[in-house]
Amino acid sequence: MSSVQDVNPRVRRIRTPVGLQSLAARITEQLSQGGQKPFQKVTDVSSGDPHRAGMPPLSFVRQVLAVCLYPELLGEDSLPLDVRQRAQKLLEACNGGSIGSYSPSSCGIPQIQKSVAEFITRRDAGIPSDPENIVLCSGSQKVLSLVLHLLSRGEGLTQTGVLIPLPCPHTLPMLLDEEGLTPLPYRLLEDQGWALEPDQLHGALRAARGRCEPRAIYISNPGNPTGHVQDRKTIREVIRFASSEGLVLLVEEVFQDSVFGRDKTFLSYKKVLFEMGEPYSDTVELVSLHSISTARMGECGLRGGYMEVVNIDPDVQQALKNMQAPSSPPILPQLALEVMVNPPAPGDPSEKEYTQEILRMDDILAQNARRACEFLNDLPGVSCQPAMAGLFLYPRLNLPAQMLEEAEALGVEADVLFCQRFLEEERVCFGPGCENGHDRNDLHVRFCVLMPPAALEEVLTRLRSFHLRLLDQFPH
Amino acid sequence: MSREATNGVPCGARVLTLDTMNPNVRRVEYAVRGPIVQRAVQIEKELREVTFKTRRPGTTRGVKKPFTEVIKANIGDAHAMGQRPITFFRQVLALCSYPELLEDNKFPEDAKKRARRILDACGGHSLGAYSASQGIECIRQDVARYIERRDGGISSNPDNIYLSTGASDAIVTILKMLVCGEGRDRTGVMISIPQYPLYSAALADLGAVQISYYLEEESCWSLNVTELRRALNEAKQHCKPRVLCIINPGNPTGQVQSRQCIEDVIRFAKEEHLFLMADEVYQDNVYADGCKFHSFKKVLFEMGPEFSSKVEMASFHSTSKCYMGECGFRGGYMEVINMDPQVKAQLTKLVSVRLCPPVPGQALLDLVVNPPQPDEPSYSTFMKERKAVLADLAEKARLTEEIFNTVPGITCNPVQGAMYTFPRIALPQKAIDKAKEQGLVPDMFYCMRLLEEEGICLVPGSGFGQKEGTFHFRMTILPPTEKLKVVLQKIRDFHLKFTQEFS
Repeated sequence: MSSVQDVNPRVRRIRTPVGLQSLAARITEQLSQGGQKPFQKVTDVSSGDPHRAGMPPLSFVRQVLAVCLYPELLGEDSLPLDVRQRAQKLLEACNGGSIGSYSPSSCGIPQIQKSVAEFITRRDAGIPSDPENIVLCSGSQKVLSLVLHLLSRGEGLTQTGVLIPLPCPHTLPMLLDEEGLTPLPYRLLEDQGWALEPDQLHGALRAARGRCEPRAIYISNPGNPTGHVQDRKTIREVIRFASSEGLVLLVEEVFQDSVFGRDKTFLSYKKVLFEMGEPYSDTVELVSLHSISTARMGECGLRGGYMEVVNIDPDVQQALKNMQAPSSPPILPQLALEVMVNPPAPGDPSEKEYTQEILRMDDILAQNARRACEFLNDLPGVSCQPAMAGLFLYPRLNLPAQMLEEAEALGVEADVLFCQRFLEEERVCFGPGCENGHDRNDLHVRFCVLMPPAALEEVLTRLRSFHLRLLDQFPH
Repeated sequence: MSREATNGVPCGARVLTLDTMNPNVRRVEYAVRGPIVQRAVQIEKELREVTFKTRRPGTTRGVKKPFTEVIKANIGDAHAMGQRPITFFRQVLALCSYPELLEDNKFPEDAKKRARRILDACGGHSLGAYSASQGIECIRQDVARYIERRDGGISSNPDNIYLSTGASDAIVTILKMLVCGEGRDRTGVMISIPQYPLYSAALADLGAVQISYYLEEESCWSLNVTELRRALNEAKQHCKPRVLCIINPGNPTGQVQSRQCIEDVIRFAKEEHLFLMADEVYQDNVYADGCKFHSFKKVLFEMGPEFSSKVEMASFHSTSKCYMGECGFRGGYMEVINMDPQVKAQLTKLVSVRLCPPVPGQALLDLVVNPPQPDEPSYSTFMKERKAVLADLAEKARLTEEIFNTVPGITCNPVQGAMYTFPRIALPQKAIDKAKEQGLVPDMFYCMRLLEEEGICLVPGSGFGQKEGTFHFRMTILPPTEKLKVVLQKIRDFHLKFTQEFS
């Protein structure tokens, strides 16, 4: 029988997941079987998953998808006309008029590539986007894995290195492990709202010397989990850095539609790149990523995303498309993506409701982020930078020394112990900052704040209750 | 002033080129969507544009094309060729997508019941929430029960079920797990010739060694253990064979393995300590008299504990084929048998990197393994639709074999199952020479001509592998019957003309 020695060493080297979500699932299972616990369900807010937290999907999106799934509904008068017209158009873009067929091309449905390109052009004030440079995928995790896979070569000292932010999205480190890439963390500055500081980039690169071959820099903007929105100056500096250091820019911009910080605007890397003119605009290799797992859409489970490639070698681009050939992306999320980039227009029957739903979402997110941040900063030993965008808050924890010792004795990270206890005692699952790259000297936790306001109050109440109990248990 | 980067890339030079990128990716090819398909898409575009501009149908680039549409018989996409989805499945999924429809009395009760159950299992009652990486628990339980029913009661543990993004995703995941070693210890993976090129693409990408075993065209593409042994022994000299892949029913060949053959393969796998990968996505697509689908797992367990407790295996299934044809959903699963617990832990870890498979695909899979029961309102329609699709395919399989075998120079094995025919074509030497002149392999040359002259897109046999000196093409049997008849006729006429031209 095969043993673990026979398993691909690269797979073995993938770091072991912390497993809090599995614990949350197990507790949920116990609860549903009537175990003797004080609370009814587990609230898992460790991922950016608004629907799980109780936020509703956008009606227009789901109506269009329903009609595409069951085209008999094209004749259903109770559904708005624009829903049915949009569904009709989308069905016509599918082979055989069915969402059950494969994507016409391995890069996705051509009409949707075009819609995405048009969206990008509008967003970037006219800077053109070519549908040929858009690759649709089953989620931004998959998109990223394709590009990372392309970049990955070498072993040991010649292994490809990728600069990544500290903190980074919790789903990133495992991906780098899987693709055999060396992470090169650059610290974001917590006391400046998690700003990116070019010196840190240089530092990360210096650390690479003799260890690996750095060939890419990954950016999350707006930041996951930090909620930071980069200003034009920062973006320009990063671009210049990438240019002079021969790095491919991988920019994840999934939270671009959820900027709520005062006086903050999302600027796409592509837009800034083009505004910088030559030589940057036609030499810096850039891959921008987006998905339907946004605050407004929250369609994480559908698995839909895309990348736009800029200044990528045509042969490499072809290789990228070839990689997807045997497994074309699912259709349904592409349709959802099309609605996202091409929402109901003023005058359309559904536009009013669509806009209202979006604004309500935006308001709840902004209010929750503000409320939660204030609340956290009032808790002893907890401090939180205000988020300006995105789904998460990422507070810092100053835990009692005894608790740190206990964690060490148990062989777990202190932030994991915190989250585990919180989950077991209060049925709320936060994400430990070690998954985002932080360590025991810099304890953090993350949680998604987009949920019905009443649910947030419940989470915060339980957090305070738990945290104060903890401090009582371990006096300073 | 040029400043060299820390990593040595000269200023202004491209970072990512064919030479600097992952070298394995360069070797990835997938004929099903390869150059001939790209040309087909181009012709389609031209037909559309010119038609629109000049209102003169059937012209492209000023050269009159004797056809107004390109028939894409290259890819196993049933819906693209006009097959209708199963009503019940689409009703449930629509209800899941927009639960307000649960109030609509146009939907049958059993569809609503299924939808509610699925939504209850989703986070926040929405298809839009992430699921567990291994797949929604109650769906895995349903899959296990389906397998038990299918295999006459042999038990299936939901923990051994991994839902995936189509079967392809699961296949690549297992292969990724099992590839290790350097040089002569590098993992060797046995796969049939001809094969479905996902396997060769994955092996190329992983840098694994492909060990080809030839199916016997003369005996209806049967698998011979003697040939397995030959291929294995030869391979042992330059790699470490660890995996044996079987596609049953076969793609592109359509052969349905006999029970005896499956037993022989299992015995062979045990003797040689090979991990068996049983790709069974066409398990409902069996047409020929005397042929029956036997799941590898069932046969394994019926061979007794000496085998059933030892042989390591993964079986794969998906929602893309059979009578559903729902390729666009990317629904699928694998069941792993006798996997070492530590190895399984690695597998579980690996699938968690990709977060989770698409939830709509998981939901669809749940319906496939949990279809309407005899006492439910949707049962009769469901059975009618299912029967019609499978009967239609069986008729087309028969028709295809019949017509191709009337053409001198085309030899077609019975299409026992799956969705394709892989006939052998005799090519005159002059044609082979002409092909070489143009830098094309002969069956690509043939298929390109067929595309340009008749607007029919097939995949040359070279994309799947074939015995040296033989030529084939793969055609799907999916076009609607009347259209299929026309296609078969056109290929017959083309073949005769082609043979004449190069005689």
